[in-house]
Amino acid sequence: MPEISDYKGVWVFCEQREGKLMPTDFELVSEARKLADDLGTTVTGLLLGDDVEGLAKELGGYGADVVKVCQSPLLKEYTTDGYAKVICDMVNKYLPEVLLIGATTLGRDLGPRCAARLHTGLTADVTHLDIDTTKYVDFLRNASTIDVDNQKFDYEDRNLKMTRPAFGGHLMATIVCPRFRPQMSTVRPGVMARGTFDQAKADATKVELEDFELTAADIHTEVLSVEKAAKKMVDLIGADVVVSVGRGITKDIEAGKKIAQDLADELGGVVGSSRALVDAGIMTQDHQVGQTGKTVHPKIYIALGISGAIQHVAGMQDSELIIAVNKNPQAPIFEIADYGIVGDLFQVGPNLAKEIKKIQDAKAAV
Amino acid sequence: MKAIVCVKQVPDTSGKVAVKENGQLDRASMPAITNPDDLNALEAALTLKDHTGCEVVVVSMGPPPAEGMLRELLARGADRAVLISGREFGGSDTFATSQIIAAGIDEIGVEKDDIVFCGRQAIDGDTAQVGPQIAEKLHLPQVSYVTDIKYQDDGSLIVTRALEDGFMTVKVETPCLLTCIKELNEPRYMSVPGIFECYGKPYEVFDYNRLKDNPLIEDDTIGLKGSPTNVWKSFTPPQKGAGTMLEGTDVAAQMAQILADKHLI
Repeated sequence: MPEISDYKGVWVFCEQREGKLMPTDFELVSEARKLADDLGTTVTGLLLGDDVEGLAKELGGYGADVVKVCQSPLLKEYTTDGYAKVICDMVNKYLPEVLLIGATTLGRDLGPRCAARLHTGLTADVTHLDIDTTKYVDFLRNASTIDVDNQKFDYEDRNLKMTRPAFGGHLMATIVCPRFRPQMSTVRPGVMARGTFDQAKADATKVELEDFELTAADIHTEVLSVEKAAKKMVDLIGADVVVSVGRGITKDIEAGKKIAQDLADELGGVVGSSRALVDAGIMTQDHQVGQTGKTVHPKIYIALGISGAIQHVAGMQDSELIIAVNKNPQAPIFEIADYGIVGDLFQVGPNLAKEIKKIQDAKAAV
Repeated sequence: MKAIVCVKQVPDTSGKVAVKENGQLDRASMPAITNPDDLNALEAALTLKDHTGCEVVVVSMGPPPAEGMLRELLARGADRAVLISGREFGGSDTFATSQIIAAGIDEIGVEKDDIVFCGRQAIDGDTAQVGPQIAEKLHLPQVSYVTDIKYQDDGSLIVTRALEDGFMTVKVETPCLLTCIKELNEPRYMSVPGIFECYGKPYEVFDYNRLKDNPLIEDDTIGLKGSPTNVWKSFTPPQKGAGTMLEGTDVAAQMAQILADKHLI
């Protein structure tokens, strides 16, 4: 059995779908670079697929020193069995001290399978990572209510400190895995900052084609098809984004509904409603947010033309970020909103959708 | 053929979540419910029972009061319940938990035609790890995020799983483990006869002594002390300050930029 001190280097599992790297890969490699610098070690990207070595150098541009490439027609489509076997075999051969995986729907399928096989811990859906305790304490200073100056910390600790939200973000927990290696986490997509691409570094990346054993008999599932789907309507409670409308849309109901729907579509969210519109028969009951409707805690809640009656607020005040648009500067909704815009929803709504689209298009083009 | 369903009792976090001054969750202030995704897992098993007459066994790990939840699931149509419960198991992380539950399932026995159904994730931890980790320990193929199941005549399953932007359809042989999401089905309620019968159905508790000799149990990786991961620090995020009012002719652009800076778009 290898000792903990035998494990070295920070690894990132770099997910590709249909021969394209995922945006999470660049975020994780950028983050891995910072962790590796604190540890005084290297960053290795682990790339699996069929005929994917051409993707490797780009990962170097964000900080990977080495990209190990495992190619086989058996790895063309993601299968839990195939990917888990190759990753675990590579980890057992090279012994990295940290292994990061994007918390995508596939990463969260793969991560636990690998961690169980590697006999190590795994922290799910992490939003912040530190090696250096001083940096961790600085993080706590801003992100917690802890009085850090009156607490003792072990500044010598070199374990990976993996921070994640629990209970819908009401609590944060920092997890460590001191007794086993590698230290593994799945990392929430879109949270870690993508570094600046450096062409010289990309050119200098060492791309290593790895030998491994994998046969069809190792894979117990068969992928029949992969389909893209138009976003399915999810109900309010599980939604990450809710755009709600209130009495403010009564001036032009159809236009108001469309503005909310367009904005929700742009953000991948759903449309909610105040009780007033439901009582008036303008919106159906299943849209209602509030004391007598549904309680929601999405990442983004946008209130369009909603005054903010207590009964409505009770159903949405725990949202992570609240944006309110209302003509009336005295509307109580502004007291609980993180961001308030005094204005006409018929103008602000479409403009906001347009500006969000602009940013998303620019991101997609990178 | 049987369906084994893994369930967890969780605090209902859909309402008000109370946090104590020491940063711990105030569990006593929240009602205990069956984890929502687990009800979809049970429904998938009951649907299979409707068609095949297979036995449905519900398995949970937790303190003794979880019996109430298991009785309710028996009233919904499950045939038999097992509660894995013991001080030695308390404080287990996902690695330790999956090891203990896998040992419990191994004691129940997984045969050729059997299917293990889990919810994708529990609303208290949101890890989605225990299902795949049980599958690994039992050497079962897994499909997670399941939205549709079609049973084939040859005994295999055609399963659809959700991706961020679509679906993947895979064929899998039994025995296997599936983790279910709410798009899969609409859970049924308890029936009146079910409520009458639920206390007469087989109910067993597997404690530490019952499981300790199972080859899947490693004494040094169970419970709070044995778990590979530990909580180093837990904390509450700072209270929301007063909101910011945006002004000017470009408020929409300002707002969109704020969302981008916060990585929300």
